[in-house]
Amino acid sequence: MAKATRDAYGETLKDLGAVNKDIVVLDADLSKSTKTNVFAKAYPDRFFNCGIAEQNMIGTAAGLAAAGKIPFASTFAMFATGRAYEQVRNSVCYPKLNVKIAATHAGLTVGEDGASHQTVEDISLMRTLPNMTVIVPADAAETSGAIEFAVKHQGPVYIRLGRMAVPDLFGADYQFELGRASQLREGADVTLIACGLMTAAALEAAELLKADGVEARVLNMATIKPIDAQAIMKAAKDTGAIVTCEEHSIYGGLGSAVAEVLMEHAPAPAERVGILDTFGESGTPAALLKKYKLTAADIVAAAKRVIARKA
Amino acid sequence: METIKLTDAQLQELTKHATSIRRNIISMVTEAKSGHPGGSLSATDILTVLYFHVLKTGADQATDPNRDRFVLSKGHAAPVLYSVLAERGYFPQEELLTFRKIDSRLQGHPSMKDVPGVDMSTGSLGQGLSAANGMALAARLDNRDYRVYAMLGDGELEEGQVWEAAMLAAHYKLDNVTAFVDYNGLQIDGPIGEIMSPLPIPEKWRAFGWNVLEIDGHDYQAIYDAVQIAQTVKGKPTMIVARTVKGKGVCQMENVVDWHGKAPTAEQCELFLQDLLD
Repeated sequence: MAKATRDAYGETLKDLGAVNKDIVVLDADLSKSTKTNVFAKAYPDRFFNCGIAEQNMIGTAAGLAAAGKIPFASTFAMFATGRAYEQVRNSVCYPKLNVKIAATHAGLTVGEDGASHQTVEDISLMRTLPNMTVIVPADAAETSGAIEFAVKHQGPVYIRLGRMAVPDLFGADYQFELGRASQLREGADVTLIACGLMTAAALEAAELLKADGVEARVLNMATIKPIDAQAIMKAAKDTGAIVTCEEHSIYGGLGSAVAEVLMEHAPAPAERVGILDTFGESGTPAALLKKYKLTAADIVAAAKRVIARKA
Repeated sequence: METIKLTDAQLQELTKHATSIRRNIISMVTEAKSGHPGGSLSATDILTVLYFHVLKTGADQATDPNRDRFVLSKGHAAPVLYSVLAERGYFPQEELLTFRKIDSRLQGHPSMKDVPGVDMSTGSLGQGLSAANGMALAARLDNRDYRVYAMLGDGELEEGQVWEAAMLAAHYKLDNVTAFVDYNGLQIDGPIGEIMSPLPIPEKWRAFGWNVLEIDGHDYQAIYDAVQIAQTVKGKPTMIVARTVKGKGVCQMENVVDWHGKAPTAEQCELFLQDLLD
């Protein structure tokens, strides 16, 4: 089965909205795409379309949170984190207001819309903000878990969601745990640390590596901040080589977060699979992932490189 | 409409408070050796009327969910907000002299996490009205009758987000929002009309669907009347465009743009305080 994380978001939001009346939802004229329209249809009085004005949407969410509501603000990740960056910083994170930013269409796989809509910097932008929690779910079940967590958590949360369908990796009984990597496969030769749609690619890469006699551990790192430093240190100790996999710039995202832990606590060779300091372009998601080297084959190549670097 | 009139005694009391607040603004900015006296002094009379006659709040209600809210969108006028809160007993007046110093909760721009009575962290211009609107939407959802007040600078109107928020408040018919423009006519680089004109101000807000009132922002009764009128308007937010004098109350500061963000020396402070005697 496969489902887009944005679809899981819309459905979970509606379910939680039935139980928790403090949940309110804001959107910026993209509710059909972000799937907040599912909530809007069920609870029209608790849905506020802010029009094409993302900065004001974030500020309005901050005011709702200051008055005790649990606002979820949604738009494309490009606009939530880019256009409204300073509002997220100064109106939400600085006062530590209880705003949840669930942003969809992140990364290259927005596809045909092209570079103007493909944010590959959002994790980096959100990760540097004090008080912000950053989550990148890998599938529908993890998305539901992350949304449930966000409702209970007091403080700002950024949840990065995608446009395209991704395979189910977790069962319906999956329990999301903040700051805890989930090990999806055991291996002793190298560890593949992935998030979002790249987790499925990492699992595929592990299968390909097995055929070449390489046993890869696979960690799904849904929480980018706070990062699971223990799991990274253990991976470095046990396997001695790390590959990070993300649909994001190699600067500032998962790869950087992992590298920071390695540098300070467990030096080990590492390679980053991600977008190489470039903008994207129009194309199908599959064509983009291939062209920008975000496939299982690219992860396999990185794994072989990093294994060759082992002392 | 018939409005409640302030008595002579109340007017005298307001003058006394406003003078004390202005003295504290000068003293705290002098002590900090930085800060924004000009736009604090222009907003003083409005904040004094709000905090002493309008806002249903107080030091013992700083977290009461039913309290009225005030958002100082022009957050650089923090000295007037801190001074009026101290005057109303939210914290001791002596603490004002810690303004902008290391380890003080009185940050250069207001931080809601640290200071009782500060309803929203502000300072980056253009963001306060959006937050005020969010609070007003929450009041409606919760069937609470509190009102949300906000103050914007006239130069601040050059920020695009202000007009996004203006649209939202009118679209959602937020008649529980009352905002002020502190129309002192000056921004850091000079007169607003010369730097990047936001004029004409009242017409713009009317065009955005707001109920607009124009007053003298140093006339206590006019401020009080405007707020009372705003409270009766249904289906529209109200913008009170208050004509003010930057640096009001200190002769040498009045209408001098240089005092937007500059601290007096100790000698100047002594001189300026002479203008602000009871």
